[in-house]
This record gives sequence, structure tokens and C-alpha cells, in this order.
Amino acid sequence: MSFDVPEDRNYLESHEWTTLEEDTVTVGITDFAQDELGDVVFVELPSEGDTVTAGDTFGVIESIKAVSDLYAPVSGEVTAVNEALFDQPELVNDDPFGDGWMLKINVSDDDTSDSLLTAAEYADQIA
Amino acid sequence: MIYEQARYTEGEDKHEPLLSEKDDTTINVGGDDSPLPDSLTRDELSLPALSEPEIARHYTRLSQMNWSIESGPYPLGSCTMKYNPKFTEDIAADPSAAIHPDRRAETAQGNLGMLYGLQEFLGTIGGMDAVTLQPPAGAAGEFTGILVAKAYHEAHGNDKSEVIIPASAHGTNFATAAMAGYEVVELPSAEDGRVDVDALEAAVSEDTAALMLTNPNTVGLFERDIVEIAEMVHDVGGLLYYDGANLNALLGRGRPGDMGFDIMHYNVHKTFATPHGGGGPGAGPVGVVEKLAPYLPSPQVEQTDNGFELFEPEQSIGKVHGFSGNWLVLIKAYAYIARLGDEGLLDASAKAVLNANYLASQIDLEVPYGPFHHEFAATAGDRDAADLAKRMLDFGVHPPTTKWPEMVPEAMLTEPTEIENQASLDDLAEAFNIAFGDSEDAIQQAPSRTTAKRIDQASAARNPRLSWHRLK
Repeated sequence: MSFDVPEDRNYLESHEWTTLEEDTVTVGITDFAQDELGDVVFVELPSEGDTVTAGDTFGVIESIKAVSDLYAPVSGEVTAVNEALFDQPELVNDDPFGDGWMLKINVSDDDTSDSLLTAAEYADQIA
Repeated sequence: MIYEQARYTEGEDKHEPLLSEKDDTTINVGGDDSPLPDSLTRDELSLPALSEPEIARHYTRLSQMNWSIESGPYPLGSCTMKYNPKFTEDIAADPSAAIHPDRRAETAQGNLGMLYGLQEFLGTIGGMDAVTLQPPAGAAGEFTGILVAKAYHEAHGNDKSEVIIPASAHGTNFATAAMAGYEVVELPSAEDGRVDVDALEAAVSEDTAALMLTNPNTVGLFERDIVEIAEMVHDVGGLLYYDGANLNALLGRGRPGDMGFDIMHYNVHKTFATPHGGGGPGAGPVGVVEKLAPYLPSPQVEQTDNGFELFEPEQSIGKVHGFSGNWLVLIKAYAYIARLGDEGLLDASAKAVLNANYLASQIDLEVPYGPFHHEFAATAGDRDAADLAKRMLDFGVHPPTTKWPEMVPEAMLTEPTEIENQASLDDLAEAFNIAFGDSEDAIQQAPSRTTAKRIDQASAARNPRLSWHRLK
């Protein structure tokens, strides 16, 4: 089976994706991750204004098969949360790179994350 | 020959109607004489107006649509789903069992004597010096045991912050340690499925408050290095905790106390055939070695010149439940142990191990780890263990525990217990083998002969209807 790995973004080994526009990073999980999890039934996310730390967990995703932690790709303040996921967690399955996004984070100045993967590197990891 | 649950055969979505679906009569309970504020009272109640036969049929049908150990095999691995013998129910139903827990000791000698006797039985079986019967469940017993360990360390000025737990341990072990305020250090398994002694050596330190283990472990393997493991933990002033989940394999053959364990809990619903609580009244007694006895919960029963009396251990952690624990569960455990006696308990562990090994020898699935005792973790390989389990439901058996422990891919953790005979083990093996040999398409449709067909798990989790009110 092959999975979408869009080239317009970066990835974490723990299967989150990120895009960067200005100072704002958007975070979600990959097509591969949603497929491994199966039907997603619950997503727990931080609130707007909370701070997250690169490499630490920012939330929890629960499917009919498993409960997994979600890891922050960068440090900063949460500026938006995809609240649609609370009522429609299936968006993560249906459109992981689009409507299934989870957080927008305003990257802090002292953010030191530098371990993001390119699309090619991530595609290798899940191959 | 396949035993099937009762079911409705006509209609797509036919189920036994709820009482509120059968009848929903609103009655006026009226009257303005209540002293309560109006906001707390109501004038109308919605109640099903049904005759006694209608109610009796409803509940009898539900029981026929259910699956239980009294319907057929129920080999949930790690759960030890023993049949609950009826004579224990008779004893618990005896009017003399129903005395008030606040009765003066001299008027309740028989009951106190039985509690004392159970403390002694369990102490002997586990190799422990003192036992509390108070914890109301296995997980509550774990928590009690770790609180006792913590009280001991604090009383001795030991600065301890960590509890070490194997990755394959029951989830309750991690929760117990965290709830007691300890950091959890997760221990990987060695290649042979046992504790990785090198990894343990690296993990053990002066911070180690306790190591929590079960033996035989989660895939039924005996921890051969247990004496060395105990020494490593004791050398840094740590305590060794035994999770009694798998005690059924050891009954009369090996004692946690003799292996170096300092604390253990007993799952009386597993090992001693009391009803599984399902959140209801249960019991998870805890045994400890001499040096930890002063910290046990209060009260315990002791035998003095005046007969049996309740007493509070000197440095007790206090109460973890009311009175002496769930008496009607404890009385059943006592009755079971007394009826089986030494020989019966030895026979139970022998047959539990024999049954697991016979069943494993009859199935086509691979069992990666051995030699195992009372349970085995077969692997479904590249099939989905939960799908195979659903297919097994079509053959008049309950499937095993699936997808756990995670050290076995697509695990089917199977524990038939000593109660099955060869014929029912053969039925189980046939169910395993048919499901394993079925096409992926057939598996995806299963089960089809059960009362409830394949459940839409995603919808059930996303949009649960947890109350009959939601039907309105």
C-alpha cells in the first residue's frame, strides 16, 4: 500500500506533519499514521494560548485500535485549534493533510527544533 | 455441533426491546405534601407498566442472548475466567453470613474466624507473613500494596522515587505506581520474553522503590532468574511486588514469598473462582512479609486468648475500604479454598497448565514464546487478531484476549483454565483453526450466528448511546 506524502511540508519520525507560513506552524498527522491507527474516535488537543514544547506531547489521539500521544514539532504558543475534530474525529481519517489538521502554533524565538524530516526522508521511513 | 446464542432471526435490526420500548407510561405521582423545594420534586414519572411475566421473559431472554462461562468456554488470557461453583453461592446466601459488620467481636466469632482463616490460607498459599482482606478489587490491592511500600520507605527515611515495571505488565501496574506518586521506569523484555536482567541492572538504582512483576509472566513464561532479580532489587533497598494475576499457574507449587517477593495481591475472582466484579463488589487481598505488616490497612483479624478480634496495625496506612472488605466475596474464596484443600489446589494448577498446553498443541497458529504455563500468546501473524476473534464467536465459544501483550504481534492470549475438558478444548481448537483458515472476506463479515452481529465500533465510540434516554 502506498501513502500520500505531500512534498510541500516537513515531517516528524513520530508521524506528524508541519507546514510553516510566516511564524505560524500548522500540525497534523500523516496519511500513514491515520491508516495505522484505523478509525479515529477521539482527539484531545490543548487550548488556544497554551504553550507547547518541541518533542513533547501536545495531545492524544484515540482510535478503535489504540491510544497514541501526539508530539509537537516546534515550541511556541497555540494560536488555533481545529475544534471540528472534537465532533468529527473522522476528519483525521478522511483528510489528514487538510481538514484533519490539529493545531496552529506561533513559533517562539528560542525554538531550537531542527530535526524535521523532508518528504523524501519521511517516505523512506515508512517504505 | 455448534451451540448458538438465542437471537431474533427476522428483520435487520431486531433486538430484544428495552423495557422503555415495550411500554412508556407516564404516571402522576402528584401530591404537594413533600417538604422538599419544588425544584427537587416532580409530579410525573415515566415508568414501563409491564406484568411480571413480561419482565421475567425480558431478563431471561437477555441472559440467553448473553455469553458467559456458564454458556461455554471463555478463555480470556490473563483473566482466568473460572466457573463460579454454586456451593459457594449457597454458603454466601446462608442467613448467618448476613450479620452487621459493627457487631461486637464476641458475638461474631464464626465470621471473624472465617476472615482469620482466609488470611491464614492466603498467607500460606503466597508465602506471606501477614494478609489484609480489605481491598475491594485486584487493582485496589495493587494500589494498597504500593502504598504500604511507600509507607515503609517513608518510615525508614528511604528517599525513593521510582517503580520499575516490565513493558508487558498489566496496565494497572503503571497506573498504580503513578497514582502512588512514583515515576514509572519501563523495562523492555529480553528476546526470550522474560525480564531482561541486563536492562534491569541498568534500571535499578538507589531511587528504586519497587519492582512490580508477575510470575509466570504475561505470556505464561516462568521468570527463571527470579532469585537474581530479587537480589538486585533488594540490594538497593527496593521491594519486590508480585501481581497475583497469574497465581493460578503456581497454586501449591511455588510461592511468591519463597521467590523473594515482599508484597503481593491475590485476585480472588481469578485464582479462587469468585465472581469477576465487573465494577461490582470484588476483593483483592494483599499479603506482605513481616517487616511490612505494621503498615497494612485496618482492621485485620487476630487470634487471641479471647478468641478472634479486630485490631489496627501500629503504623497502618488506614482504611482502603469499609469494615473488613467485601465479606460476601471473601466468604466464597474461603469456601473454595477449604473445599479444594491442598490436593484440589495442586490439581487446579496442574490442569490449568495441561489444558493450556494441550490447546496450544491443537491449533494452527504459531505460539512464539515457551515453555508456557497456564496461558499462551498465539500470534495471528499477518491477520487481524480482533477479526479472527469475531469469527470464533460463530462457533459456540468465546475468543481469547486479543492484541495484548504487544510483544507478540496480533496476539491471541489464551487461558482455558482447569475447568475445560478435552471435548471443549477441541471445540476451542476447531474455532481457532476455522477462523485462521478462513478467507479475509469471510472474516470481515463475522460474526453471523451471534445475537448481535458485527458491531460498528467506530460509530459506537464516536456516537455512544449510554442511556435509554438517548432513544427518545
